[in-house]
Amino acid sequence: MLKSLNPTGGLVGIWSEEHQVISAAKAVRDAGYKKFDAITPFPVHGMDDAMGLKASWLPWVTFFAGIFGCGFAVWFQWYVAAYDWPLIIGGKPFFSLPAFVPIMFELTVLIGGLSTVGALFVVCGLPKVNPPIIDPRLTDDRFAIFIPETDVGYNVEKIDKLFRQLGAEEIKKIAEF
Amino acid sequence: MIGRAPLVLGRKTFADITNDICAPVEGGTKRGWLSLFALTLVWAGIFFSVVGAIVCIGTGLMGISHPVGWGTMIVTFVFWIGIGHAGTLISAILFLFRQKWRTGIARAAEAMTIFAVMTAGIFPALHTGRPWLDLWLFPYPNQRGPLWINFRSPLLWDVFAVSTYFTISLVFWYIGMVPDLATLRDRAKDKVSKTIYGMLSLGWRGNNRAWSHYESTYLILAGLSTPLVLSVHSIVSFDFAVSLLPGWHTTIFPPYFVAGAIFSGFAMVVTLLTLVRTAYPQFQDYITLDHLEVMNKIIMTTGLMVGYAYASEFFIAWYSGNGYERYTFINRAFGPMSWSYWIMVSCNVLIPQLFWIKSVRRGIIPMFIISIFVNIGMWFERFVITVTSLHRDFLPGSWGMFHFTWADLGLIFGSFGMFLMLFMLFIRFLPAVSIAEIKPVMNVGKEGGGHHA
Repeated sequence: MLKSLNPTGGLVGIWSEEHQVISAAKAVRDAGYKKFDAITPFPVHGMDDAMGLKASWLPWVTFFAGIFGCGFAVWFQWYVAAYDWPLIIGGKPFFSLPAFVPIMFELTVLIGGLSTVGALFVVCGLPKVNPPIIDPRLTDDRFAIFIPETDVGYNVEKIDKLFRQLGAEEIKKIAEF
Repeated sequence: MIGRAPLVLGRKTFADITNDICAPVEGGTKRGWLSLFALTLVWAGIFFSVVGAIVCIGTGLMGISHPVGWGTMIVTFVFWIGIGHAGTLISAILFLFRQKWRTGIARAAEAMTIFAVMTAGIFPALHTGRPWLDLWLFPYPNQRGPLWINFRSPLLWDVFAVSTYFTISLVFWYIGMVPDLATLRDRAKDKVSKTIYGMLSLGWRGNNRAWSHYESTYLILAGLSTPLVLSVHSIVSFDFAVSLLPGWHTTIFPPYFVAGAIFSGFAMVVTLLTLVRTAYPQFQDYITLDHLEVMNKIIMTTGLMVGYAYASEFFIAWYSGNGYERYTFINRAFGPMSWSYWIMVSCNVLIPQLFWIKSVRRGIIPMFIISIFVNIGMWFERFVITVTSLHRDFLPGSWGMFHFTWADLGLIFGSFGMFLMLFMLFIRFLPAVSIAEIKPVMNVGKEGGGHHA
């Protein structure tokens, strides 16, 4: 996954309709390409299935980071209130768990949320300085499929023919994506 | 089958949507915007002058004294934090419930949340009296022992709740905006805006392998924000409820505060969006009258909820048989500060009931006026809770009064200046409606469309 973030050249087909690009993605996948990607202005529903992508694993990051945040809050409040400098406050026990619940919750959310976003940045290769842009319309009203030249069975003529059959309104070769 | 109201009006193409939403950002600085911005800048200037005076001279400039030690600062803090809740409710909770109508208004509402929480955050920081020592609110190893903070105090829970809320809301808002910032980058004509939006968009390119993770992150952040938003105002209410003061020491506070927060926040969203729609007519197709009507229904419903809370508090004060509790409530309604109680009841419970009438619910001017009343009413609700409980507690010998000073009024008035100034900047430089989110729902409720619905 992370390897596909390195810039490579390849061939791009551009479509103007959402449903066309979904069927194009299916066809490209059926033709045996593995590293191709779809570039769309918004998340196109059904694209993950068409491309054969597995569900994102980022929720696991949230889960474990959240558990860590909660555990850290328990440990830290115990360390502060019961170990490092125990003080009697309001006649409560040093380790007064019910009073620690709000901070446990807040740190679960904070660390869980920030770690998920951090993981998103890593997995998508963000932030990227001066990313190669195929076409400015791809964040507006056009949809594209990009097949990198490192993909199995990459062949310009074959892909060009495939894109043409799939009704691409534009096909171009790009130096890097 | 009952037809669905369209979420986006008019037959639009993807490019139309992009053009419409990017227009205020790309159209250059208009005279109208500039004069309004100058106004809010001066307004915010008043706020920061008063804040400066309070920092340099001291909190004694305000009306707080014995026995009312929590005054304008706390009241206005709770007010602004409450305003923020509507944004998170719209962006996160309605997202989880798959309420597609939220799409048109989510971005602006979330921006409102961020700015409201920023405004709110100033108040407790100043309320400490020595804001340059506010670092002491956070647990850090220090040379005083180390003397740690008291994790059993609700005031400390509040520090964590508000800072977590601000951080997660900001991240949620920003992550949601990244694809739109990439659109602005790709459309930018001049080098300066290309560089700035290029940096802000983090190099987003909209490839599906990234979208797949992005959508899952967005869902997770919505899922985390949902309990978070409910927790924030609950914890704010603990500041009061965990004390032993009559009028504060009640178990109804967390849900009562959350309902009030949503109520006031929706009113602020309506106030702002009616203005945005008037200033930028192209947004009327995205922020439709149907959206506003739904929000007005929510205002009416939550207005009834707070009305129920007021009644239930009164009932419990009598039914508990606790003389102090009963006196506090009689004093609220009929004592020397009863004017504030009746402003609260009329603005929050009575006036929103006008939304039962369809023409009021769908009229821009009536809903704007009602939303202002709700904002006023909700400020007074917090005033009633904070000040009328403090000014007469157990011993008549320690009773007192609260008097506003110019600093109190300057703070309340000025805080709107800061909030509106930030909102003006938002509307000029960032996409006020989510471009990437509105495109998938643009055909909902239309003939021959809506296969996503």
